[in-house]
Amino acid sequence: MTALPTRKLEAFRYADIDALASVWSELARPERIEIAAQQNVQQIWLPGADPVQVRRVEIALEAGARANIFALNTATIYGRIEIDVTLADGAHFGLDAANIGGGSATLEIVTTVRHIGVAATSNQTVRSVLGGKAVGSYLGKVAVARDAQQTDSVQSVKAMLLDRGATANCKPELEIYADDVKCAHGATVGELDPQQLFYAAARGLDPASARALLLEGFVAGLWSEIEGDDQGIAEAARAALKAVA
Amino acid sequence: MLKIENLHATVAGKPILNGLTLTVPTGEVHAIMGPNGAGKSTLAYVLGGRPGYEVTAGSVEFEGRDLLALEPHERAAAGLFLGFQYPVEIPGVSSLQFVREALNSQRRARGEKELSGAEFIRLAKAEAAALGMDPEMLKRPVNLGFSGGEKKRSEMVQMGIMTPKLAILDETDSGLDIDALKAVGAGINRIMRAPDKAVLLITHYQRLLDYVKPDRVHVLSGGRITRSGGPELAHELEREGYVEVAA
Repeated sequence: MTALPTRKLEAFRYADIDALASVWSELARPERIEIAAQQNVQQIWLPGADPVQVRRVEIALEAGARANIFALNTATIYGRIEIDVTLADGAHFGLDAANIGGGSATLEIVTTVRHIGVAATSNQTVRSVLGGKAVGSYLGKVAVARDAQQTDSVQSVKAMLLDRGATANCKPELEIYADDVKCAHGATVGELDPQQLFYAAARGLDPASARALLLEGFVAGLWSEIEGDDQGIAEAARAALKAVA
Repeated sequence: MLKIENLHATVAGKPILNGLTLTVPTGEVHAIMGPNGAGKSTLAYVLGGRPGYEVTAGSVEFEGRDLLALEPHERAAAGLFLGFQYPVEIPGVSSLQFVREALNSQRRARGEKELSGAEFIRLAKAEAAALGMDPEMLKRPVNLGFSGGEKKRSEMVQMGIMTPKLAILDETDSGLDIDALKAVGAGINRIMRAPDKAVLLITHYQRLLDYVKPDRVHVLSGGRITRSGGPELAHELEREGYVEVAA
């Protein structure tokens, strides 16, 4: 096992290092998922019960392979989802993920998406809802290699802060060596709209229900592309939102 | 039903309502007309309890209760419906989900049984059809991408589902073409013209009053009621303008 990272490392600059130390010795090497050419994989990552949850995954996609990951990050102390993806020709990587937490939780989603083949696509949508003194981060690097022409990559990152003490860090990052690529990225941090809250109240929703409903709208769409059984991720997200609303 | 006495209110420290007194008896439709900046929308928002609209003096009784002591959602549960001049868009939340949760929240507050999904959808579809709105639109996010007319019809559908005792409709006629105006007018009559209900219609123009006949018409100017009269007052205003009549 390598040494415990420090916050000097870019990928750990917002990490809860003390919490990380408590699980570091048990952390195996990143789980590795290899997806053969033209294969299609969907995974739904539900949060567990532990207050500290760190998941590290490497995904290698061969030509034309597809991986769609749906992840909910709601650990009460520290939740970290770290994904390193490599895309060969025409492969696709999709990530739809939410950080939802309050109290003093530190929640982060850290991705590196390496486009090494031509015409590969990646689409990352991350929504964070943060109350109390929670810190939610998205650090997402898209690296496009010299030969990875016709890369099409999207990063959409939005955070909603419910309390003054909450913090959101959104950092989409691009490293592009090819010249025929599309790499869209957008990041916003906001709070609940007082006009929407009043409209909901005027229709009879009490403040907590109004906030929960608006937050549900904010993360809506993350789970809409799930094929088949959603394994309860939408319901788990709804419960987490109710808890912070 | 509604008794407003000597109401003073400020917005961002600026006085907008300056001693407004008005009574709307049960079973009646009253219209409030007035020029831009008279305080019409402020009155609607104060009655709805919008944050930032501060009452500095006066009282408002709704069915004998102190309306101003209630939170906005409690006013809705008590039977007050505020129709918005600019209905708010809520991305990601369908109209069906929004109205159902709002209605059930009201019903819980009143100690009534909540409607099941099937019961609610039946009710919502019937109300949409009555207002000439495609029920499929109820599956779309609240007011998102709706035209001005669709938003106002959607407000009336919500009113029909909520069946309030008192409706305060803030420029519900603005932005409507003739067909939508007729549909909305018919909706107000059908839902709210009843011996146990009342309506306060806030409007610039007389044209909605061709479809919803008011029992009384009041002129709001400078934050107070400067004249009151029968339906003919609306025609006088339309003919001669606010400057002449309200002065």
